[in-house]
Amino acid sequence: MISIITNHWQDLLYGLGQTLLCSILALFFSLIIGSFFAIFEVVPSKTLRIIARIYIEIFRNIPLLVITMFFYVVIPMFFVKVNGFTAGTIGLTIYTSAFIAETVRSGIQSVDPGQMEGSRANGMTFTQAMRYIVLPQAFRIVIPPLGNQFINLVKNSSVLAFVAGFDLMYQGNTIASTSFDTLNAYFVVGVLYLIITMPLSYYMRYLEKRLD
Amino acid sequence: MSMIEFHNVEKYYGDFHALHNINLTIEAGETVVLIGPSGSGKSTLIRTVNGLELINSGQLIVDGFDLAHRKTDMNKIRKNVGMVFQHFNLYQNKTVLENIMLAPRIVLKRDEAENKKIAMELLDKVGLADKAANYPAQLSGGQSQRIAIARSLAMRPKCILFDEPTSALDPEMIDDVLNVMKDIARDSSMTMLVVTHEMGFAREVGDRVIFMADGRILEDDSKESFFDGQPTNERARQFLSKIIKH
Repeated sequence: MISIITNHWQDLLYGLGQTLLCSILALFFSLIIGSFFAIFEVVPSKTLRIIARIYIEIFRNIPLLVITMFFYVVIPMFFVKVNGFTAGTIGLTIYTSAFIAETVRSGIQSVDPGQMEGSRANGMTFTQAMRYIVLPQAFRIVIPPLGNQFINLVKNSSVLAFVAGFDLMYQGNTIASTSFDTLNAYFVVGVLYLIITMPLSYYMRYLEKRLD
Repeated sequence: MSMIEFHNVEKYYGDFHALHNINLTIEAGETVVLIGPSGSGKSTLIRTVNGLELINSGQLIVDGFDLAHRKTDMNKIRKNVGMVFQHFNLYQNKTVLENIMLAPRIVLKRDEAENKKIAMELLDKVGLADKAANYPAQLSGGQSQRIAIARSLAMRPKCILFDEPTSALDPEMIDDVLNVMKDIARDSSMTMLVVTHEMGFAREVGDRVIFMADGRILEDDSKESFFDGQPTNERARQFLSKIIKH
C-alpha cells in the first residue's frame, strides 16, 4: 500500500483535486438550479410548475451515466467538443439538481402555510414572503436530507472515470491495471473519498445542531 | 367612502357553495362583529376582503379597489388592510421586533430609525416591550396574538380583519388580547371586521353585529337592536341564546 502511495502520489493527488473540483462545482450549481426548480414547483403559475415537474421527473429517473454520456458523446456530434471533466460535471449537476429540487420542495411544503399567509396578509409579495420567511425555514428543515444529497454527489462524481475525467476513480483504475495491485489501489482510493465525505458529513451535522 | 362593499358575491369550493349572494357595506371607522356557527362562511367572507380567498362572482370593493378585477394588485390592498389570524402566523424565524419591522421596511420602505421607533411604541402599547428580542416560539398564545396585532398596526392600515383572534387562547389570556382590540376600536378611525364569539367585545365596542349561517348573511343589525331587542331571524336568536348562556 505504501508503494502505491509513493509511486503514484502525483496521480492520486491530481485525481483528488479533480474529484474535489467537480464536486464543488456540481454542489454549487445543483443547489442553485435545484432550489429554483423547487420554487417553480410551488409558485402559483401552472406553466412553471409543469416545467419543473418535467425537468425533475426526467433527470432523476435517468441513470447519471446516461446523462453524462449524452454530454460526452452526443453533444460533440452536433455542437461543440466537450471534455470528460466538463461532461461529467454537467451531468452530475443536472442529475443532482433534480434530487435537490425534490428535497427543497418537500422542505418548503413542510413550512406551515400560515407563514406564507401571514406574510401575504402583511403586504409582502410572493417573492418577498419566500425570500424572508418561507425559504429560511425550509432550508433549516432540509439540512439533513441535503447533507445526504451532497455526500451522494461526491461519490457519484466517480462517473468521471467513465469519460476520462482524470478523477480519483479514474486514477484508481489506471493504477490498479498498471501495478496489478488492485486491492491496495482501490483501498487507497476509498480512503481518499472518505477524506472528502467525512468532513462534509460532520459539517452538515454541525450546521444542523447550530441552527436548532 | 365605504371601506368594504360586497355586491351579490358568490364563492364556491368545488361543489360547496361557501358564500351565497353576499351584500354588505362597511363604512370607514366602523367596528363590525361577525358571528355564526362554524362552517357558516364567516372566515371565508373575511378572507375574501384581503384576497386570501378569491370570489367567483359578484363585486367586492375594498378601499376603492375592485377585487374581482384581474388587474387589481392585491399587494396594494393588503398594505392598507391588515389581518390577525386565529393561529397568529408570526414569522417563526424572526424576533418579535423583526416580526413587526419587516413588512414596513421591505413593503413601505420606511426609514429604519422611524421603523424601530414605531415598532417599540407598538410593543409598549400591547404591553410587551420586554419581549422585543424573543422569538415567537418563546411566547404564550396571548402574547403571540398581541404581537400579531402590533405587526398589523405597524403597517398603519385603514382596516384590520380579525379571524377568530381569541379562539385558540387559554381563557386567562383572552382579556389581554380583547383589551388591545378594544383600544384600537376606541381610539382610532380604524375599520374593524371581527369574527368572534366574544359577545362582551361586541357589546362594548361593536357598531354592528352580523349573523351568518350556511354561507348567508341572515341578520345585519346595529348592536343595540341585536342585543337589546331580539334578532328577527330564528336561527340568530337560538345562536345568541346559546352563546350568551355559556
